[in-house]
Amino acid sequence: MIQVFAFYLFATLCIFSGAVTILARNPVHSVLWLILAFFNAAGLMVLVGAEFIAMLLVIVYVGAVAVLFLFVVMMLDIDFAELRAGFVKNFPLGIALAVVLFVELFIGLVVHGAGGVELGIASGTATQAADMSNIQAIGALLYTRYLFLFEAAGIILLVAMIGAIVLTHRERSGTRGQNVAKQNARRPQDATINMQPESGKGVQL
Amino acid sequence: MIGIEHYLVVSSILFVLGVLGIFLNRKNVIIILMAIELILLSVNINFVAFSAFLHDLVGQVFAMFVLTVAAGEAAIGLAILVIYFRGRGTIAVDDVNRMKG
Repeated sequence: MIQVFAFYLFATLCIFSGAVTILARNPVHSVLWLILAFFNAAGLMVLVGAEFIAMLLVIVYVGAVAVLFLFVVMMLDIDFAELRAGFVKNFPLGIALAVVLFVELFIGLVVHGAGGVELGIASGTATQAADMSNIQAIGALLYTRYLFLFEAAGIILLVAMIGAIVLTHRERSGTRGQNVAKQNARRPQDATINMQPESGKGVQL
Repeated sequence: MIGIEHYLVVSSILFVLGVLGIFLNRKNVIIILMAIELILLSVNINFVAFSAFLHDLVGQVFAMFVLTVAAGEAAIGLAILVIYFRGRGTIAVDDVNRMKG
């Protein structure tokens, strides 16, 4: 019974916060509602025993992606009222498309419930062993059969990181950085001169 | 009793909300990126639900890869947004026509 209650709580909050995310007037509020949606989706995943993905969702999305969104929203000085100008104009078309899309998905679901198309049954080669926790089982799978895919995911993240840095990096002229090679090449005999000036006369530097 | 259908309904509603968000906020790229994140979240819920339904962990492994790509996509998208704003002073996507595509 408590599972049913938890499911409906998480599902309702997830859908509600998803709706407010796309309807909110202020993008900062949108990001905060998006965080709530991700939290509730993580709750939904915990309910079916996928703890690892749920924790990943909280850590990666709430901890990294949502904060990145917040940074960008707050960093850019944008007149958001002007950006919402087309909202009312796009509303009927958007709603119509959304209704069509949802009805299609729902029909697919009903067909699935009525028997659906039999494409085969699960091979069960990656069943979670009863004495293993979810994280242990995923780790055992990820570091053996999916090792190369796992490393490919790492490379994707590396490329994304380098890409973001390259895109946003800008060369600013007029700044005085440290030139290590020049500093190391400097010798005392080049830098100092021994002079014996006559009294009453200046020294040329 | 909660079955796979309940999860599929939640994920399809989230998916539709994401698509609707792209249509409604046609001018604001930040909200569009967030709507894409919503779509990817609904896909992940689907993966995890079927993984539990079929007793097959591969779905959860794949959900992790989707998460990886989503994080990379968000980083690159926001970086493009920042340089676009630097050059133009606005992020309205209606008049993105520099490439004349």
